[in-house]
Order: sequence, then C-alpha cells, then structure tokens
Amino acid sequence: MWPTSHRTVPTSRRQNKVEPSMTLLAIKDLVVRYGAIQAVRGVNLAVGKGEIIALLGANGAGKSSILNACMGLAPKAGGGIAFDGVPIERDTTEAIVRRGMTLTPEGRRVFAGLSVLENLEIGAAASAELRRRSRENREAMFELFPRLAERRQQLAGTLSGGEQQMLAIARSLMSQPTLLLLDEPSLGLAPNIVDQIFDLIASLKTRGITVLLVEQNVELSLDIADRAYVLAGGHVVMAGSARELRASGGLERAYLGAA
Amino acid sequence: MDFLVQQFVNALALGGTYALLGLGLAVVFSVLGLINFAHGELMTLTGYGIFYALFLGLPFPVALLIGVALATVSAMLMERIAFRPVRNSSPTTMLLTSFAVSTILHILFQNLISARPKAIPIPDTLAGAVNIGTLQIGVIQLISIVVTALSLLGLTLFLKRSMLGIAMRAAAEDFNVTRLMGVNANMVISTAFAISGLLAGVAGILWLFQRGSVDPLMGFLPVLKAFIAVVLGGLGSLSGAVVGGFLLGFIEIALRAYLPDDALAYRDAISLTLVIAVLFFYPQGLVPRRESVR
Repeated sequence: MWPTSHRTVPTSRRQNKVEPSMTLLAIKDLVVRYGAIQAVRGVNLAVGKGEIIALLGANGAGKSSILNACMGLAPKAGGGIAFDGVPIERDTTEAIVRRGMTLTPEGRRVFAGLSVLENLEIGAAASAELRRRSRENREAMFELFPRLAERRQQLAGTLSGGEQQMLAIARSLMSQPTLLLLDEPSLGLAPNIVDQIFDLIASLKTRGITVLLVEQNVELSLDIADRAYVLAGGHVVMAGSARELRASGGLERAYLGAA
Repeated sequence: MDFLVQQFVNALALGGTYALLGLGLAVVFSVLGLINFAHGELMTLTGYGIFYALFLGLPFPVALLIGVALATVSAMLMERIAFRPVRNSSPTTMLLTSFAVSTILHILFQNLISARPKAIPIPDTLAGAVNIGTLQIGVIQLISIVVTALSLLGLTLFLKRSMLGIAMRAAAEDFNVTRLMGVNANMVISTAFAISGLLAGVAGILWLFQRGSVDPLMGFLPVLKAFIAVVLGGLGSLSGAVVGGFLLGFIEIALRAYLPDDALAYRDAISLTLVIAVLFFYPQGLVPRRESVR
C-alpha cells in the first residue's frame, strides 16, 4: 500500500508550486465513498490558473471519482473543494457550472436523440447571458470543429466516435468555462483522431481555459500537461512536472504495482 | 362502411384520451424514472375543480380552465411536497410514495367531498352530433380528436423549439449530463410535472364529457389504461406513449364493435391478452426509449 503523503519527485519541485492566489481549483483531503467502497482516500491537489494538469493512474485508481466529486456528481464523504477561492463542495452541479467549471464526461455521453445544433444549444443553458450569446458561440465552435459544422442538423447518435468527442467538448465549451475537466477524451478513438483531440486540448490554454485531464494515455498527456498527479488505490502516489515524472521512471510502477 | 368510419372516429377519440394520459405518465417517467400512480387523482381534481366552479355560477369554459389549472398546480405541488424529498431514494420508494399520495387524495375526496358521484351538467351543444354526409359524429368525439391533436402539436413544438423543451429531451436521455450543462434539475422535474398535470387536466375533461360526473375513484381506471399504453409504447418514450394510447383505444373499440354479445364480458381480458401478445414480440415496447450508451 502506498503512504497517504505524496511521494514527490525529489528534484526542485518548489519551482512548480502554484502560488495560492493563482490556484483555481484546490482539493483538500477529498474522500469519495460509494456505499462500502472507498474510491478516493484523502486526495490533495491543486490546479493553477492557465495550467494543464494531468491526472494519471490505472483503472479504478479514483481519477473519475475526483472529477465527478468536483462537479457534485459523486458522494463526498469528507474533505473540501474550492473553486476560485470559494468552497463548492455543497453546491449543486448546475450551480458549479454557473461558476465556470464543467466536465466533459467519460464515454462522451452526447445526447444521441438531439441534433448537433441542439446539443450545442443546451450547452449554453446555464445562464441567460450565455443563451443570448449562444448563436455566436455556436459559430465559434463550428470554426473550431469544421466537421461538426457539416453535420449540424444530424442527430448526435449518428456521428462517429471522434465526432461525438468533438461535440462533447464543444458542448462543454458552450458554457464558457474557466476550468474544463476532461474525463478520458481519447477513450476508444482512432490514433489520428486522438492526436487531433490532444492538439485541441493543448490549444485551450491559449483561450485562457485551464484544464484538468484524466487519461489512460500517459505519453500524450505528459506531452501537453504542465504538471501531473499519479493516483493509485485512491491516493496520490506521485506528483510533479511532466518532465520530472517522465524522467523518474516511477510511472510504470504506479500503474502495475499499486492498484 | 359508415359503421367502420364511425368506429374509427370513436377509436381516435378514446385512443387520444389514453394518449394524453399516457404522455403525462411518460413525461414524468422520462426524467425521474417514476410511474406516478397518483396521476389519475389529477384527473379527479380537474373534475372537482369544474364541479365547484360551476357550483359558484362561473361560466362553463371558465370552469374548464379552472379544472385544468387545478390539475397543473396540484401536479407541481405533488412533486414539491411528496416526491422531491425522496428523489434520491430507490425507485421503489418513489413508487410507493405515489401510491400513498393517491390513497391520501382518495380519502380526502371521500371525506371532504363525497363518496358519491357529483353530476357535472354538460351543455346541450356538446351532447349533439354533426352530420357529415351520411355519417353522424358526436360533437364530443370531434372535440376529443381536435383537442388531442392540438395538445400533441403544442407539446411537440415546446419540446423541439424551447430551451426548456430541449433540456427535457436531454434529461430524458441522461439526467446527470443535462445537469452538467447547467440546467437546473428542479426546474426540469417541476416542468415535467406541470406538463403531466396539464395533460391530465385536458384528458380529465374529455373523460368527464363521456360520463358527466365526478367521483373519488374517477381517475383509477383511466390511469391504469394509460399505464398499459405507456408499457405498450415503451416505458419513458413519449412518442411510444402516444402510439400505445391510440393502439389501446383501437383495440378496445374494435372489440366493443365486433365482439359477439356473449363475449363482451371478456373484453378487457381479451384486450390485455392482445397487449401481452404485442409485448411478446416487442419486449421493449413499440417505440423503445432512446438512452445514451454509458
């Protein structure tokens, strides 16, 4: 079993430490429990403004549970979550979206019976202000994802997996989040599509969107991430900059050994 | 030929009423996973609303509006008072809650109003019939068909055009992801109940036109039929509820028209057998509900 404290990489981690005022998301001692099963056992992590943070780890390490807990969709048994300095652990999902954080869920989960346009339209449901701007934001999404533009009237259920993932991300962006949580965006997609999606995620940074990314694809994630946390058995077992983690060689152990 | 057309009109009228009731059940089921067995009591409430409005001397159309408004508001109150506190409990808990609400309302109707039927005088103009060629079609049947068509059209427009309607269709597919869009869960559920109450009110009026009185158990039989319609069409599927409602109406009218007199007593048994036969071939219902693949 891994110790609860972070087994940080011994190099100059201080450099990477985020200043408190710059922290957009702060998770403290988070515990998530589904009935008798404890999925997350006291996790601390911080996401700074403008960063891309990767959350890595084997299946069942608790990665998705952390994202769902942030959105108020997983039962929190302890700990605190602060977004932009405000505690949100008691907020409803929809209130959290209005604050500027949203999640593109694992498996895409587009609304299959709704058209591409309708999927985007509902992405802007959070506020009257967003609804007013929805038409122009939609066109911006079609510029970002030209493949969706060709299929705007098509039902989302008839799109390919890659197109559905693009739609799922575009739908999330319609709420103009400052922090986007992405759960396994590469799942089940062809390699060239995965590259496209990762290029897009990297480009979100230039749009001022902070990203917390949960992924199985370690290589690609470390390519675009500033920092990463490695989870095993509901604990953070490693944390550091992407370069440090790659150099430390401990990632394989986290995947193979701990869970 | 005339007989056939006449029966066809009857089937449309009856099936339309079942369709509206089934839709009311399906709208709530699609977002909440609850079959609200207190749905029939909303019809009954409409009946009593109309009865008291007429008793106070209000004009007939106003009384009808009051009846529908009463059902709509009551449905929203039902959600707020009875179902919201148990929303995150098991489906069984919610189902039992709906039985409790239904029973409580029965008892209130019996004790506060009367166990006996209260007559609702239907204006003479409605009791007549119109002649189309050699056909004689009841005004009430015609009204039923027109009202059903308008209700279906209105609901379709709402679901396709308005943001709230799109949100309801999204919530029917995947409730949690709909919340991730910033859609207010309470608002969607409350709207679903309001729509179900409105539909129950309209169906309640059509039902009252046929029978001319209201009693505490008035809603029981139609809601049972509506439940059958919903299962027939596919639980939680809105178009399914409409298809199921009309199919059930057609089966019942066909049996009533063509069954020999000796067999008429077995009408419901035969119609339920036919329903089971349909489910044997389409276990998910005729128009299965669309749900996102998890």
